[in-house]
Amino acid sequence: MNITHILFWFLSVLAVFSALMVITSKNPVHSVLWLIVTFFAISGHYILLNAQFLAIVNIIVYAGAIMVLFLFVIMLMNLNKSTEPIKHRWLQWAGAIAGLCLMLVLVAALKDTEIKGQAALVNSGDIGLIKNLGRELFTTYVVPFEISSILFLSAMVGAAVIGKKE
Amino acid sequence: MIILQTIGFLVLEKFLLVGLIVSLSMIVAMYATYAERKIAAFLQDRIGPNRAGIFGLLQPLADGGKLFFKEEIIPLASSKFLFILGPCLAMITALLTSAVIPWSTPLHLFGKDIPLQVADVNIGILFIFGVVSLGVYGIMIGGWASNNKFSLMAAVRGGSQMVSYELPMGLALIAVLMITGDLRMSVIVQNQVAHGWHIIYQPLGFLIFFICALAECNRTPFDLPEAENELNFGYHQEYSSMKLGFYLFAEYINMFISGVVMSCLFFGGYDIPFVNEAAWGINQNLLAIIGFVVLMTKAGLFIFLFMWIRWTIPRFRYDQLMNLGWKKLVPLALANMVITAAVILWLNK
Repeated sequence: MNITHILFWFLSVLAVFSALMVITSKNPVHSVLWLIVTFFAISGHYILLNAQFLAIVNIIVYAGAIMVLFLFVIMLMNLNKSTEPIKHRWLQWAGAIAGLCLMLVLVAALKDTEIKGQAALVNSGDIGLIKNLGRELFTTYVVPFEISSILFLSAMVGAAVIGKKE
Repeated sequence: MIILQTIGFLVLEKFLLVGLIVSLSMIVAMYATYAERKIAAFLQDRIGPNRAGIFGLLQPLADGGKLFFKEEIIPLASSKFLFILGPCLAMITALLTSAVIPWSTPLHLFGKDIPLQVADVNIGILFIFGVVSLGVYGIMIGGWASNNKFSLMAAVRGGSQMVSYELPMGLALIAVLMITGDLRMSVIVQNQVAHGWHIIYQPLGFLIFFICALAECNRTPFDLPEAENELNFGYHQEYSSMKLGFYLFAEYINMFISGVVMSCLFFGGYDIPFVNEAAWGINQNLLAIIGFVVLMTKAGLFIFLFMWIRWTIPRFRYDQLMNLGWKKLVPLALANMVITAAVILWLNK
């Protein structure tokens, strides 16, 4: 058991634990903060795979920008116990059963895939370094890359249009 | 055994370097508070602090001692853990950014080269960007956990201001990265040593970056989160004792680090202008020390500029701040980026 293994297990436990805390904490602000911890754990996994660019972009975009917007909304909404709508018990059961069904489907789908046999390149691959990643993105995957950028552009235009309509 | 020894040496070396840099940031921040008061006094035709020590030089120590021994108050209605976490985060994010900065050319000690940079990571400048983008949480969490309306409003202002100004800052940076072709801080500085400072190629980019740095450090004219005539004292209103001290101190450390980052990105880092110091043929260690002094001088000039601006220009209104960020700086930075890209493409043909 070398240091990479120890880090892997630590990060995995941290990710699962903080993800659980996101859905179990009573206070929505605490949920957002736990979600940030989850993002950090996932970024740690990226660093273990030597995907430095992905790790830092994950932190800049998700932890640094999107979660700040989440915090804004939640902090200003003043969510208290009294304002929270009371949900039926059967609704909670329905949610739990639906979630378990999704998990069953995912497990069944992943059980026989080829990924199981392939070990990830821990600490040695250099495709995640920025030069290689950039070259790959703009040659092999240039069409999906451009399509997703058009998607982002249309989302931005949509947000501006909705924001302007008073 | 030899491998173990090398690793041990490396760890020791890095620990020493981290300790040195952290204490350096602390000392510079301490005397930045003194400089701020002296400069303010000079600009307002006063004397400034002159009681503790000669020229009031012990004033920062007196201030620190005062903050330490003040009564610590945690409001009953606050959420206690987050209330304490706020200033911790502000301090951690302020100190973390210094990890990827190349402080000087390598030292030569015990028969090997010791680089004066904690980590020369592949993503270099993006690391600084990531840590800066996390700096918002210190303010937001502290402001919210205080359970005070004014604190919350200040925290929301601070958060939206920092998120908004990160955008033009990043766009201005992209133009620099296109010239360098690398994200590593060491390569960015070496490129300037070889081809001249980036300020020559990117004057507009530097201006945008500088304005954004002012906003990121919450300095006047962008100190909306601390606008005391509207928000009493700002996001740290409920804080007392050393927790308040951490918030105030983090601001000065941020100022110092942003001065160093700007020197590295646009003003050649440890490079001395107009001379080729590598050709002097003097001792490598002496050269490293000279480089370090040069970098610190540049950073000091930036700190002075920050203070000069603070005591000269009045504060923006909030809508003016947002207009400047989104409607002026972002288009300008985009234009700068496109023009830079076009020129590079044209020259390479």
